[in-house]
Amino acid sequence: MNAINQSGWKPEMGNAGETAPATYTGNKALMLEEALIFEIGTAATTGVDLADAPKVAARLGNLERHRDIGLPGLSEPETVRHYTRLSRQNYAIDLGFFPLGSCTMKHNPRLNEKVARMAGFADVHPLQPVETVQGALAVINELAMWLIQLTGMHGVAMTPKAGAHGELCGILCIKAALAARGDPRSVILVPESAHGTNPASAAFAGFSVENIPATSEGRVDLAALTARLGPDVAGVMITNPNTCGLFERDMKAISDAVHAAGGYVYCDGANFNAIVGRVRPGDLGIDAMHINLHKTFSTPHGGGGPGSGPVVLSEALSPYGPLPYTARHADGHYTLIEEETAQECHPHSFGRMTAFHGQMGMFTRALSYIMSHGADGLRQVAEDAVLNANYILRSLEDVLEAPFADSGPCMHEALFSDNGLADGFSTLDIAKGLIDEGYHPMTVYFPLVVHGAMLVEPTETESKATLDQFIGALRSVAERAKEGDPSLKSAPHHAPRRRLDETQAARKPVLVWREPEQLVAAE
Amino acid sequence: MRYLPLTPSDRQAMLGAIGAKSIDDLFVDVPAQARLDGPIRGLPNHASEMAVERHFSTLARKNMTASQHPFFLGAGAYKHHVPASVDHIIQRGEFLTAYTPYQPEIAQGTLQMLFEFQTQVARLFGCDVANASMYDGSTACWEAIGMAGRITKRTKAVLSSGLHPHYVSVAKTMAQYTGDTLDTALPDLSANTDSVRLLDAIDGETSCVVVQYPDILGRIEDLSAIAAKAHEHGALLIAVVTEPVALGAIKAPGDMGADIVVGEGQSLGVGLQFGGPYVGLFACKEKFVRQMPGRLCGETVDAQGKRGFVLTLSTREQHIRREKATSNICTNSGLCALAFSVHLTLLGEKGLRGLAQLNHALAVQAADRLTQIAGVELVNESFFNEFTLKLPTEARPVVRALADREILGGVSLGRLYPGTDALSKGLVVAVTEVVTSEDVETFAVALQEILA
Repeated sequence: MNAINQSGWKPEMGNAGETAPATYTGNKALMLEEALIFEIGTAATTGVDLADAPKVAARLGNLERHRDIGLPGLSEPETVRHYTRLSRQNYAIDLGFFPLGSCTMKHNPRLNEKVARMAGFADVHPLQPVETVQGALAVINELAMWLIQLTGMHGVAMTPKAGAHGELCGILCIKAALAARGDPRSVILVPESAHGTNPASAAFAGFSVENIPATSEGRVDLAALTARLGPDVAGVMITNPNTCGLFERDMKAISDAVHAAGGYVYCDGANFNAIVGRVRPGDLGIDAMHINLHKTFSTPHGGGGPGSGPVVLSEALSPYGPLPYTARHADGHYTLIEEETAQECHPHSFGRMTAFHGQMGMFTRALSYIMSHGADGLRQVAEDAVLNANYILRSLEDVLEAPFADSGPCMHEALFSDNGLADGFSTLDIAKGLIDEGYHPMTVYFPLVVHGAMLVEPTETESKATLDQFIGALRSVAERAKEGDPSLKSAPHHAPRRRLDETQAARKPVLVWREPEQLVAAE
Repeated sequence: MRYLPLTPSDRQAMLGAIGAKSIDDLFVDVPAQARLDGPIRGLPNHASEMAVERHFSTLARKNMTASQHPFFLGAGAYKHHVPASVDHIIQRGEFLTAYTPYQPEIAQGTLQMLFEFQTQVARLFGCDVANASMYDGSTACWEAIGMAGRITKRTKAVLSSGLHPHYVSVAKTMAQYTGDTLDTALPDLSANTDSVRLLDAIDGETSCVVVQYPDILGRIEDLSAIAAKAHEHGALLIAVVTEPVALGAIKAPGDMGADIVVGEGQSLGVGLQFGGPYVGLFACKEKFVRQMPGRLCGETVDAQGKRGFVLTLSTREQHIRREKATSNICTNSGLCALAFSVHLTLLGEKGLRGLAQLNHALAVQAADRLTQIAGVELVNESFFNEFTLKLPTEARPVVRALADREILGGVSLGRLYPGTDALSKGLVVAVTEVVTSEDVETFAVALQEILA
């Protein structure tokens, strides 16, 4: 019966059909409930031993804090257990397949974590004299050179803190370039399928935003775009490959048309992973493109950040990039160009976007990843990412509608719609069904141009066996949704929580924890 | 290629399954003239883990690290001891390699942590609510100015001269394009802040007053009078905290009337990292919550009535509201927020107060020792763990001379305000719990020799 059990003891197997009883704790074996720190900690507990402060006369300007702050403390073992228990309620790439479209959830190599933690990078202050940080400046410069080479662009702004911050950087470069020639253009054109950050970034910089339509093939409508160009259009923001997972075949023609009309071309580089090493955006006439180091170059997403969004710039826009930046001199010495020397070295800069030098901790990780792959490996990254996505597309197009599948191969992500599901069944039900199967769902309801969109981005760091099992699981869930299996409507059944009431959360927002008596008093 | 699981035979099988002859068939939509025919020339090919590590070790050695030298830099980034368990927790794959918690049923770990973080930040700042983080203190500061404009429907912001000059620069960058006007000034090298100027400047057109607390020179001032004048004129008070440890010792800005309190959370859990990633803190009064930028985590229940957490009030955000969003921010500083929250949980009320007391006492002792040097004066009357010295000579070359002796001796105002002669003798010195009395003595002796 059990070859491994040499003792001959046969465990009681129980009745597999019986329903599990509720437990006293609410725990279910390895699925452990965890209270809030405010419920388990106390003001008198601390997990840090400190030296006693020497006795001195305080010089706090009579502003001593007397009122309690209300911060609970936990000892170290309680702290480690609290966060370890919380961590186990999270899905993560380390646990399984995470095909979140447009987010490029690839493996995060641990070498990157190791190098980022080297004291020479982790333990240096941004305002140290530049002579004491030559190695840190070298990392920034080496990464900058790689990004320029990989994109075929002229310059790069390294300080933006994330993709949306990078978009803002590119848009501000466009704004500054227009101002330099006294051109008051005020409109940015954005395709309907764009990430929400695109119009938000343009609006943040004071532009008005107009949508441009897509063709039935899921690409920018070149004719409609060209027709809208004119003396009021500052530029366009195009995502390429786009959010439908397709390469914009007309990208060069779009760029040429925009340039001819006096505008600039911004490219959202969120999907650069599909083309790195195979296509250089600089060859497509792009003026500015942010690169999400936390997507293409594998720096961890960390549950929502930090990211890093360097922006590569064309020759036309490079003069306007932000401060500070790193300059390498002929003798191999590095300096920082800040406000002090800007007048002489970078007089047209639009200014500073953030306090210091950008996301150094992400630069080390991204450079480590890039060097590990090299020029040959990065090309293979794009090829495998695209191959994996097409494999998923072709393996599932018979069971889920793939609205653009007839127009050719996809790039790094496969897009499906909810067309054909049983009445009352939606994309959300498929997503929640996938949770029960042990997967993180794909991106849902984005892009907005496809009804009930499901955007699946496998990335290159998944094996064929993983893809095959996922394809089987998604096929099974999709079939249940087409047959109208009612159990799917209440999925997930096996996650730490069932579906959460988002309406209640928004109608009566509870954004901080309050003592139960405070709550009573408030009502 | 150690990060790529597909084998050559997998690739062949998959190409066959999708009916493609070669990988090039999948790139047909790329115009021929833009297709690269092989790896980009002039760049190195893949490298082993050992080779990459060796390269970074070589570069790392070219930097002077804070832990291995007497270290006194602050001015917006502080060296504190981070307990070992903080880094352990943030390296758990379930936190490190998770995404934004858009699927709450399998992201309760991140969501509950964010709910705890929001509560910790709100309490520390003396505010009702806080968001789930911004990029850093400087962008949080700018976003607060923008938010005040939306609330008051006015465009004039009055910035204290004690606001970090890089934060002022960030605000100026954005103001160029948004039509906001910023009333700014340079600080004086004196114990007096510019609160008189601020009080004079507030009028019926003012959207907000922005005051750093403690300020760039380390000075601490009661904000109540500024809050009162601002409120009298329908303006908001924004307080900026770049050293949150200070709030273990001094009053919270919210308790003095600040409407929005933003800050840099790097001090707790995050580390110096040459300037980033850091974690922007953002808190405000409850009535302004719908004008806040960034993600918010809220409590709710699941289908079985169990408590759970979700991202909420998303109709403020770019992925729903697009060009009408309160901000363009998407990715924030989630993992740094976790580090901040874990460190603050380890400290607790008792630990934070003890840490703050220790910082202050060591700073007082260091200030006393350094001002024994002939010609060195203490600018501040009040300070927390950072103060400004007036040297008898320009401070910037002194900092370089100290670095030559392997002492990282503070931030010169010449670096922060280049070309401003009136400030060039100023040296901002931060003293945290990592500074030993030997460090102070080494610093003092060297400074005395350099100035002699």
